[in-house]
Amino acid sequence: MIETRDLSKQFGDFWAVDGISLDIKPGQILALLGQNGAGKTTTVRMLTALLSPTRGWARVAGYDVMKHGRAVRSAVGVLTEQHGLYMRMTADEYLNFFGQMYRLSPEFRNTRSLDLMDYFGLAEVAHRRIGEYSKGMRQKLALARALLHDPAVLLLDEPTSAMDPESARLVRNEIARLKSSKRTIVICTHNLAEAEELADIIAVVYRGRLLIMGTLEELKNKVLGAPEYEVKLSGPWDAGQLRLPEGMELLSRKPEGFRFKVNHPETANPQLISSLVSSAASVVSIQEGPRSLEQVYLKVMAESRGEIHAA
Amino acid sequence: MPPDLQLVWLVTRRELKDHFRDWRVLLPLAILTVCFPVLMNEFARAAVSFLNRFNANLILDRLVPFSILIIGFFPITVSLVVALESFVGEKERGTIEPLLCTPLENWHLYFGKLLVGIVTPLVASYLSIILYLLMVSQQALNIPSSLALLQLFLLTTAHAILMVSAAIVISVQSTSIKAANLLASFIVIPVAILMQGESVILFWGNIEVLWLAVVGVLILAALLIRVGISHFQREYLLGREIDVINLRWIWRSFWGYFRAGTTSLLGWYRTAVLRALARLVVPVLFMLAIALVGVWMGYDWSMDNVPGILENAGPDYQARLSEQAFLSPEILDFPDRISAPALFMHNSSVVLGILLAGLVSFSVLGILVYLINIGLLGGVFGLFQILGLPTTPLFLAGVVPHGVFEIPALILASAAVLRIGVMLVTPQTGKSIGEVVIELLADWLIVFIGIVLPLLAIAAAVEVYVTPGILLAFLREG
Repeated sequence: MIETRDLSKQFGDFWAVDGISLDIKPGQILALLGQNGAGKTTTVRMLTALLSPTRGWARVAGYDVMKHGRAVRSAVGVLTEQHGLYMRMTADEYLNFFGQMYRLSPEFRNTRSLDLMDYFGLAEVAHRRIGEYSKGMRQKLALARALLHDPAVLLLDEPTSAMDPESARLVRNEIARLKSSKRTIVICTHNLAEAEELADIIAVVYRGRLLIMGTLEELKNKVLGAPEYEVKLSGPWDAGQLRLPEGMELLSRKPEGFRFKVNHPETANPQLISSLVSSAASVVSIQEGPRSLEQVYLKVMAESRGEIHAA
Repeated sequence: MPPDLQLVWLVTRRELKDHFRDWRVLLPLAILTVCFPVLMNEFARAAVSFLNRFNANLILDRLVPFSILIIGFFPITVSLVVALESFVGEKERGTIEPLLCTPLENWHLYFGKLLVGIVTPLVASYLSIILYLLMVSQQALNIPSSLALLQLFLLTTAHAILMVSAAIVISVQSTSIKAANLLASFIVIPVAILMQGESVILFWGNIEVLWLAVVGVLILAALLIRVGISHFQREYLLGREIDVINLRWIWRSFWGYFRAGTTSLLGWYRTAVLRALARLVVPVLFMLAIALVGVWMGYDWSMDNVPGILENAGPDYQARLSEQAFLSPEILDFPDRISAPALFMHNSSVVLGILLAGLVSFSVLGILVYLINIGLLGGVFGLFQILGLPTTPLFLAGVVPHGVFEIPALILASAAVLRIGVMLVTPQTGKSIGEVVIELLADWLIVFIGIVLPLLAIAAAVEVYVTPGILLAFLREG
């Protein structure tokens, strides 16, 4: 698990991370979103005990990053921003080298390396120099290195960047599998669809500060407001006969349908459908309006930029 | 192998393998290893025929050891390339972060890299020397004794360790290979001067003195390794992207530390000077102990050597020395012969010399200069005794009046230099090596300006205007 309070890092006069507090439990995935230079990598480096916090504290896998750096690094698997592979080594040599760093037994090291290379489709090229690999293959090998010691906590910076869709799917499946085996995972990504698919908690960071954090639904409700629905009808209807359930707000009305907003769709929407049916309106479809993480992200960023400009 | 050493070896082995797959390292190393012994052999052949014409046997005897020193040095220069890029090269290639994310301790990484820098070039160096010795054995030249050979091999090893340890300090502190290469001149030039000194010792004939060079270079290398480990921070390898000399920050840090938040001179003395003095308690005690050793060494040297020198010079010289040194009526003309400001400048420059010598050697050379200065006192004390002069009264009259100001000033300034060396080789958490140096220099300057300069000014005035009078009065009474 990962726990931080007021985690902050200052470089000179610049606060790269300013007061980030997180609680990520085993089996949860946190997606850290933000522009380049927002402080995501610095946060990950503090969680890996590579950088010491200027203020606040962090505990990773039960270890204080300030006091037990070595234990933290043993418990964490990191996929760094740059894959950082040794180009003159072969993939099996590379994984063997890192396996020894983590003091894995030769048997476990070999089995695990073979399994990972097999899973990521690298088994056939395991004896080739890494310098000959494609960008995607290098990324997969770097990910295999992060998973090699079967860590309790995974910190992944852009895990599927430079990968073809098939490989990216493979990686996402692996992340989902790790989540189900109670690993704590942090993903720094610009791929919002990936974050939407994988993350339990999403956090948006801007200029070192945590702008917003919560589940996808919480973020949508908080940023975009109550969900909107669109009702399509087969023909003109008598709007006077329509009684909107309590808590529902009509947004627009057309001859062939209408749009509304509702705080509790789970109770209000069935009532609306009954009302429409009883008033003999011929309903073609009732559909939730598009509310993506991208909308949330863009709105949050726009608002924070506006606040800063206003200030 | 102990598990910790296994990790060190793991880092080393990976890089060694990498080097043996890189022709850019192997080719120059092979050329240096093979070509220089051959060239040196040809040079020796030509030199022998030339020197034989003049019967220059001493130079001939020293030619092979000198050649070994040079041949051993060339492959070591490769160690600079390897060591300079050890950390900063990995940083530029982006491979350092995964390595830093492993459970390796700082010292595993550091020693792993140090070994890589030393092993490859040193093996090449030894091979080169052996190749040269094989060629020399086919000629009419004497192969040095096994002890001399041991010395030369050790000296070559010491050079390699010194250069690599210095290069790794630079590699850790640099942000690019280019910057590290530019800073390499700070290694190459001093080592070249050192080798010139060693060559002079070789040709001078006193080959035993080379042992001191071996020990001195190894001590310096050990101190550099200590500095490197003490100031090795993962954060620095990741945190900085470009080298910027931030003069404003340097000045602000220095001034803030020097002023210690005070606004008046009295306040500065109460805060900054007192704090700096409090930090010097242990170094001062250490310098006092060194002073005692120095006085004893000077006295001992005088008692051992001066009688022989005087005996060789004859009784007339001895009588003239006593008369001219202590009984001259010109003693009262002292202020005309040397002014107080000149004496003050001289003593201040000695103190600055101790600082400069200390800065380039982690205090070692600074303390040596201090030891020599203090040793002079013991030497003079011994000389008085040998000349049959009333030693203690002469000391009280001729040295103590200004010495009570001058000697504490020297001790304090040297103690501050000692502290610089000690703090540089001590881990300072949360501070960069630059911050540490700025603070230490500010501390030294507080002591220098606040205490040492006023004491030296008083001492110079007393030495010029008061001591001669007291000394003359004592001599007249005597």
